[in-house]
Amino acid sequence: MKYMLMLVRSDEQWEGLTDAERDYDAIMRWWMGLAEKGVLRDGAELQPARTATTIKWDNRSAVTMDGPFMEAKETIGGYGVVEVDDLDAAIAIAKAWPGRGHKVEIRPIVPR
Amino acid sequence: MSDSARSALADVFREEAGRLTAALVRRLGDFDLAEELVQDALLAALEHWPREGVPERPGAWLMTTASRLAVDRWRRQQKYQEKLALLAAEPAAGPDVDDRLRLIFTCCHPAINREAQLALTLRAVAGLTTPEIARAFVTSEATVAQRVVRAKRKIVDAQIPYRVPAPEDLAARLGEVLAVIYLIFNEGYLSTSDLASRPELTEEAEALADMLTTLLPTEPEAIGLLALIRFHRARAASRFDAKGALVLLPDQNRRLWDQEIIANARRLLDRALTLGRPGPYQVQGLIAASHAAAKSWEATDWPRIVGLYELLERFWPSPVVRLNRAIALEHIEGPAAALTDVNALAAELDGYHLYHATRAELLRKLGRAAEAYTADARARELTANPAELELLESRLIAGSPGAA
Repeated sequence: MKYMLMLVRSDEQWEGLTDAERDYDAIMRWWMGLAEKGVLRDGAELQPARTATTIKWDNRSAVTMDGPFMEAKETIGGYGVVEVDDLDAAIAIAKAWPGRGHKVEIRPIVPR
Repeated sequence: MSDSARSALADVFREEAGRLTAALVRRLGDFDLAEELVQDALLAALEHWPREGVPERPGAWLMTTASRLAVDRWRRQQKYQEKLALLAAEPAAGPDVDDRLRLIFTCCHPAINREAQLALTLRAVAGLTTPEIARAFVTSEATVAQRVVRAKRKIVDAQIPYRVPAPEDLAARLGEVLAVIYLIFNEGYLSTSDLASRPELTEEAEALADMLTTLLPTEPEAIGLLALIRFHRARAASRFDAKGALVLLPDQNRRLWDQEIIANARRLLDRALTLGRPGPYQVQGLIAASHAAAKSWEATDWPRIVGLYELLERFWPSPVVRLNRAIALEHIEGPAAALTDVNALAAELDGYHLYHATRAELLRKLGRAAEAYTADARARELTANPAELELLESRLIAGSPGAA
């Protein structure tokens, strides 16, 4: 079963941290660990939501807008896709995510 | 059907429904179907047993009936052959006890919200029907059904595993299960609703805790919870007077306490303690044991109880625990000291009726009648339990500005 782990954070708080405070070493170790176990399917860190562009439809014409689809204090700062046996395995991976001040939302991916 | 036959049936159902659901979930991998089959099998039993008598092995009868009902359904479906193979893969012997353990851990998975955990556990493990659960928690059948459906859909879609957690997760996951059982018990013991108490819920909670201790005999917190429930059951006869009015612990007739149940609970608690892993349910068991051992309210070992509440607070940092500690403290340091501690909880417990009722009692003892009256009135606004309401009403009448 594939799960997307959405790495949720406050951009403002995250951008206020130095690289050392963000502890990219620990973050890299987390990604590497998943890759070594062979469960990692995809993943990346995202630029902050201030860089977002949203397309919405007004009647049938596409409108381009500056900003995220939803104004929120916390946004998705990155994501990983893992393929594991069940939710417990995904929970264990999410609990080990070292990103400071983060939440992790786990969403099962609809099987194809 | 006579009442005794009906209650014998209820016992068999309680005992067998969870087992049966658990076994069917494991074999069919389909939570919904398993539950429906069990409910249908129980209905069939209600029809047959009163006429033909309860079979010698009711569990096997129900399993056979559920299997037959499953086959009937699949005949009408496409996947008949495939499913039939699943059913044939295992002998129709009695289900494995571990199945029920897997089932309760799945129902109480932390990825399912607490209300749904409660509904699912009562439905799938305890075998209560949706209307029964709705009545017990004073909510609509539609709400309960929706909670159950949503939770079951999540179990399937998010692939919540059907198994007993790994040893490293067991303590945390068992905590969820115990919390659910404890909530069922509390709602039964002193209902938040229109009935004073709901014995059917305390019975379910005791049966679930009993099952858990049988299946996990070396988990001290599970044993502690069972002991706690038994200590409370031992006092059942003294909790309401002849007119159904609530009698609080200080005024209970201790001769009505069931010494046999107390001894049983004490033995359970001792067994839990020898396992050497203390926890909040064992501590609450010890508090209940201290009350059970006291010859009278006055002869209670208050310093010990205050100490136990302090220990409990380390496991469960909660203002309600501090309130209880303050109540015990009154008997050592007097009402003024207790009131100081209680008042410190104002911000956190303003919405809790027992906070105001406790303040009222202490204020009365300190001769501050007008303030006591206001506090009792506030407590009355905050509870819906009829026995508590009556008790508060009587205090308000006695303490009203017009009364002598």
